[in-house]
Amino acid sequence: MGIDRSGRGEWLTTTLDAFVNWARKNSLWPMPFGTACCGIELMAVLASRHDIARFGAEALRFSPRQSDLLLVAGRISIKMMPVLTRIYQQMPEPKWVISMGACASSGGIFDTYSVIQGIDKFLPVDVYLPGCPPRPEAILHGLISLQKVIMRDSMQHYEQLDGAAPG
Amino acid sequence: MPALKQLSDLLSAKFPDAFLEVTEFRGMLSIHIRGGLILDLLRMLKTDPRFAYNFLADVTAVDHLKKGGHTRYSVVYHLLNQYDAKRIVVHAWVDEENPALPSVYSLWKTADWQEREVFDLFGIRFEGHPDLRRIMNPEDFGFHPLRKDYPLHGRGERDDFPVVGRTIGSKWPADRSFE
Repeated sequence: MGIDRSGRGEWLTTTLDAFVNWARKNSLWPMPFGTACCGIELMAVLASRHDIARFGAEALRFSPRQSDLLLVAGRISIKMMPVLTRIYQQMPEPKWVISMGACASSGGIFDTYSVIQGIDKFLPVDVYLPGCPPRPEAILHGLISLQKVIMRDSMQHYEQLDGAAPG
Repeated sequence: MPALKQLSDLLSAKFPDAFLEVTEFRGMLSIHIRGGLILDLLRMLKTDPRFAYNFLADVTAVDHLKKGGHTRYSVVYHLLNQYDAKRIVVHAWVDEENPALPSVYSLWKTADWQEREVFDLFGIRFEGHPDLRRIMNPEDFGFHPLRKDYPLHGRGERDDFPVVGRTIGSKWPADRSFE
């Protein structure tokens, strides 16, 4: 990155990738999909003590069409999985998924007929958060990890697959 | 509340064909009866002033597949007398071939959802129920999962969903480490 050394601070040079990724990672709009106690812990992250707004992700939207980060917080039952898939497909690109907690990541202790054994069997997950439920610090760590993933992104990765229907 | 012997005599006189037994466990009486007359028995327990069990606290069921019992399933009604806070349990035994018994919706409206739950999980039908649909599992589920011959991990229902991949961004680096 080049910076104007003249003292007036009028310009800098960078790559388009770095600039776009920097903008994206600092304004994530999460779609909270809280189905269990992880959802309660998620609320603590939004509140003033931990304050997810410090990382630019405070604009929670309960419409998938206005979000780019799907936060799956809690166990997903076989009746909920088609709903979750539909919500993911309704989100515009670019989009990311955080699988929060043991249940969303692996089914957790609920190894029964009715609970999905990890949403990553059916959805592409970017960051897994261990914990039952994860502490707010862990959730912030997951968000920072996702920001690092986003910084590694590049425009050339976003070529549409042949024949793939947009989400 | 009549004691065990009195209750047993009364019920065997009133329901000679259907009455099975009365058991006691730590002061709690359990009436065992064949499912066909459950509505008549519960109506008596609700309206007869000697009993006055006016509140249906719970409806559930037990699958006695290997446990042994009068028949395979028993539907369990937990009744509460709200005047003197006494409780009683009624087991209605139903057959394996055609598990069905009369609905008690006409006595307690709360039986609506509770009987739907028993139907969903055990496949026991309640005749005369106004709206006997599954209440928790998906409507096309096809099994009744609390039956003991249904495997704990199911029959593949939890693995049977379409896999949604990334529509764009598929050329992400294989190395996804952050540091």
